[in-house]
Amino acid sequence: MSIERKEIEKLATLSRIAINDETINEVSQRLDSVLQLVDQLQAVDTTGVEAMSHPMQATQRLREDEVSEINQREALQAIAPDTEEGLFLVPKVIE
Amino acid sequence: MHNLTIAELIKGLQSKQFSSVELTQHFLDRIGSLNPAYNAVITVTAEQALKAAAAADERLAGGNAPALCGVPILHKDIFCTNGVRTSCGSKMLDNFIPPYNATVVENFETAGAVVLGKTNMDEFAMGSSNETSFYGPVQNPWDTDCVPGGSSGGSAAAVAARLAPGATATDTGGSIRQPAALCGITGLKPTYGRVSRWGMIAFASSLDQGGPMARTAEDCAIMLSCMASFDDKDSTCIDREVPDYSATLGQDIKGLRIGVPSEYFSEGLDPGTEKAVRAALAEFEAQGAELVEISLPNTGLSVPAYYVIAPAEASANLSRFDGVKYGYRCEDPKDLQDLYSRTRAEGFGEEVQRRILIGTYCLSAGYYEAYYGKAQQVRKLIQQDFEKAFESVDVIMGPTCPSPAFKFGSKGDDPVAMYLEDIYTIATNLAGLPGMSVPCGMVDDKPVGLQIIGNYFAEARMLNVAHQYQQATDWHDLAPQGVAS
Repeated sequence: MSIERKEIEKLATLSRIAINDETINEVSQRLDSVLQLVDQLQAVDTTGVEAMSHPMQATQRLREDEVSEINQREALQAIAPDTEEGLFLVPKVIE
Repeated sequence: MHNLTIAELIKGLQSKQFSSVELTQHFLDRIGSLNPAYNAVITVTAEQALKAAAAADERLAGGNAPALCGVPILHKDIFCTNGVRTSCGSKMLDNFIPPYNATVVENFETAGAVVLGKTNMDEFAMGSSNETSFYGPVQNPWDTDCVPGGSSGGSAAAVAARLAPGATATDTGGSIRQPAALCGITGLKPTYGRVSRWGMIAFASSLDQGGPMARTAEDCAIMLSCMASFDDKDSTCIDREVPDYSATLGQDIKGLRIGVPSEYFSEGLDPGTEKAVRAALAEFEAQGAELVEISLPNTGLSVPAYYVIAPAEASANLSRFDGVKYGYRCEDPKDLQDLYSRTRAEGFGEEVQRRILIGTYCLSAGYYEAYYGKAQQVRKLIQQDFEKAFESVDVIMGPTCPSPAFKFGSKGDDPVAMYLEDIYTIATNLAGLPGMSVPCGMVDDKPVGLQIIGNYFAEARMLNVAHQYQQATDWHDLAPQGVAS
């Protein structure tokens, strides 16, 4: 399978990774090479095979809905790029 | 002191032959003088280390000190360390100072270990050569023109160069075993769920597992006894008692059934590597083990299945790096989309971006079943191969990687050439089984690793088997030139 330019652009948008025009062909070539590798899976007969998600079939542990952590807002926000009054700042979204 | 193993250092500390402060200063000096040649350590925490060492000396003087009290170690820079930069080898986290410790870090702290610093690694643990690190590649102490393997290449090179007697590492597709093999040390990837992943920066959550690296199996046993624990904070951690892995090292291996998979000795295996591995198998036979030829027919599918599952999970895990809450943020974003997409384009290296794109592709509408669903089914087939094999054997052995350390840049531009480096290690991650690598020979003055794969939670058995081998051989004692003196 060969991956088209339009598809790369869509992937870049979905992944939130800016890809510039100069590198797009190279990116596409390398993705093709990986997709060729993974396409080997298509030839495998997996009829009736259950998909594996945890090696020991572990299930999600549940706990009581109680507060178990202390509030560390200040420590956690001290490493943020930009905050104000306890909020994370980003560029204006609504004009 | 740097030629002593962890087991010997513990004895020396407890019998007051040397203090932890002396020991810690000795390793800090070594890092200072030797590390520039290897680039294995990217953060040195000298001040904290000496403080911890002084505290350890006090506890040692008091008598009832914990197991690793005063022993210096290094942490892979994927484990969050409170107040100490944790970069994961990425520009994205170059400025990230976690406000908390990973459970593994906490466990070593409780055991009294002294942290010398953090080790270099492939960016977000994505690589098999350490060439993807934002901090530059690590040089293999056996041949500085060669890679140390990856992604835990910094930990492996540091232990090989005796900058620390042991280091923590992680393994998603071979990232403990392959660099251990290429650097001539011993490394163990435990059963999935044995070691807590909390505070260990996630790459592929269903595959990632932390484990120890040291020069001997005996030392890995000491480290794993401390590292493994049940942790409520890791939802996939298994609640199961942690044995004392050191207690069973001396068991006889007479009658041990060793499965030798024909698929691990096929095309692509370097003849020198094969010879060294076969000689190791003969040594086990001489000790009374029995070699049983087995087949793991779906081995060839492990690399393709992995390169769907790992990137898919990575694309989800790495979505958290968006320039908002911590880590890198691009300059002057013109809007929110631009903030996200430029932060990620500038903050992530090429291989990480490639894997995010692949993962996004495999998970996108219309492709999910054909890729991720299919790969999870193939994963089941791979697990069934092992299940069947373990009906008739106790452990499985083969090479850790197809050839010894390769030269920088030699895998060229094709990412797939690098991916095939992990052809013998990936299947155990997919199945969630434990695997280890033990030095078993030299080819062209470079180390070769023997891989030992065990059944679920068979770490004690594997360490015992490896220890018995190391009692009879001295490959693990060899040191790169200029390192032992």
